[in-house]
Amino acid sequence: MFLQREVLITGIAVIAQSMPMLLRGVRINIELLFALLVLGLLVGTLVALLQVYGGRFFGTLASGYAWIFRSIPAIVLLFLFYFGPSEFGVDIPPFFAAVLALGLRSSAYQSQIFRGALQAIPHGQMMAARSMGMTRIRAIFLIIIPQALRISIAGWSNEFSSVVKDTTLAYVVGLNEVLRRVRIITDRHYDLAMLAYLTVALIFLLLTYTGNWGLGRLEKRLRIPGLQMMRGGTREA
Amino acid sequence: MSLLIVKDIHKAYGGIEVLKGVSFSLEQGETKVVIGPSGTGKSTLLRCINRLSPPDSGHVWLDGVEVTDPKANINALRAEMGFVFQSFNLFSHLTALRNVRIGPIKVKGMNKDAATKLAMEELERVGLSDRADAYPAQLSGGQKQRVSIARALAMSPKLILFDEPTSALDPELIGEVLTVMINLAKEGMTMLVVTHEMGFARSVADEIIFMENGVIVEQGTPGEMFSNPKNKRTGEFLHKINELYGETD
Ligand SMILES: Nc1ncnc2c1ncn2[C@@H]1O[C@H](COP(=O)(O)OP(=O)(O)OP(=O)(O)O)[C@@H](O)[C@H]1O
Ligand SMILES: [Mg+2]
Repeated sequence: MFLQREVLITGIAVIAQSMPMLLRGVRINIELLFALLVLGLLVGTLVALLQVYGGRFFGTLASGYAWIFRSIPAIVLLFLFYFGPSEFGVDIPPFFAAVLALGLRSSAYQSQIFRGALQAIPHGQMMAARSMGMTRIRAIFLIIIPQALRISIAGWSNEFSSVVKDTTLAYVVGLNEVLRRVRIITDRHYDLAMLAYLTVALIFLLLTYTGNWGLGRLEKRLRIPGLQMMRGGTREA
Repeated sequence: MSLLIVKDIHKAYGGIEVLKGVSFSLEQGETKVVIGPSGTGKSTLLRCINRLSPPDSGHVWLDGVEVTDPKANINALRAEMGFVFQSFNLFSHLTALRNVRIGPIKVKGMNKDAATKLAMEELERVGLSDRADAYPAQLSGGQKQRVSIARALAMSPKLILFDEPTSALDPELIGEVLTVMINLAKEGMTMLVVTHEMGFARSVADEIIFMENGVIVEQGTPGEMFSNPKNKRTGEFLHKINELYGETD
């Protein structure tokens, strides 16, 4: 048991020694996190815009896309994106497979967040923009999106918390991220499993906290004076 | 030729005809006031004029250009018609100044410095240059509506359409907005105003148009309309409105 004194002491020593190796793994998780968030943001925004403004055909297409990617387990998506291309003779590095699988999955969730925000903008904003001669596209980019993005930050903070954790799933396709590296420790020191996983837990608590803190600051910074942001809507204070 | 000609406008929503053939015209520099019971189609009429809601049939000309022509450059025409909403519809993420200058910059392609100067002038005109950096949510209703009038003015429109500009305001804030509108009328701005403010109608309207059930029942100068309306319904409506809103001028 790791709570025994000697085990604890040797355990901490082993973990401390392996820390650089673990942190190099965390770095891969973070790289994956940023890549998948950016992909998710770009695709998610597009999907949300199509759902709200794309008309019947593109709207249905976008909703179907979001539904599919929210319905398939993340692990299954990882396998599909990793093994799928090799069926066609294309070998895809685990990192890219993970970015695609988790990024597109995140785009489906992000599109829901952003769609809600777009729909929460009162219709009068568009009417006012159009009545001064703005084209629809310009009104969407200059008036609607800037407001919707602000509303979305709270939802993104949630999404961030879940995709941070999802990055560890990429170990199933062989990505050399932190969880896979923990396995190297536990394979050698069977009795240190608990301690090793606690260390990983701590690392992720820190990552999530930092991310949410940063997004909270961003939200404050972008807050419009006098306008209270609420999930799914704005209200004038 | 009249600045605005509206001819035989029809508009239905879900099979129910809201406008049943409305025609009138507006001369350069004129102010006309549209009155009528709720649900009569007054807002719909204004939205048909700038095609925010396209009319089913009929024609609108602005300064000789047909707005209802499917080939018309509707965005360019809308830029020449200001629209002031009952609920202001200021862009909530932009300061008063940015609300006013966004049209000149993004629609008319004016450079930023010139647009900023213009926007400050228009804010000055509505008495709000000291609130240029305030966001809409930091302004009172009356101030919001004045900013929205400044926003319309900054486009140098040929006419401004007002849809019940004071109906969402607390009674004590109505006066400041009406004062701005009265000044505009005096300066020769062409205005079409839907309102219940009979004091405003009486003092600045060149003509009052009484609408009911999607048609114009009667139109005439305030003198004619208030002292001896030809139509019985006009008299009844004016009487009722006077009881409901009193006169604020
Ligand atoms: N977008 C719309 N879709 C469906 N029906 C509409 C729409 N806009 C207006 N209507 C209907 O058309 C009729 C006229 O509405 P409109 O808003 O033009 O009246 P109004 O004279 O401006 O009334 P109020 O004094 O209450 O503002 C109403 O019965 C209204 O319910
Ligand atoms: Mg109305």
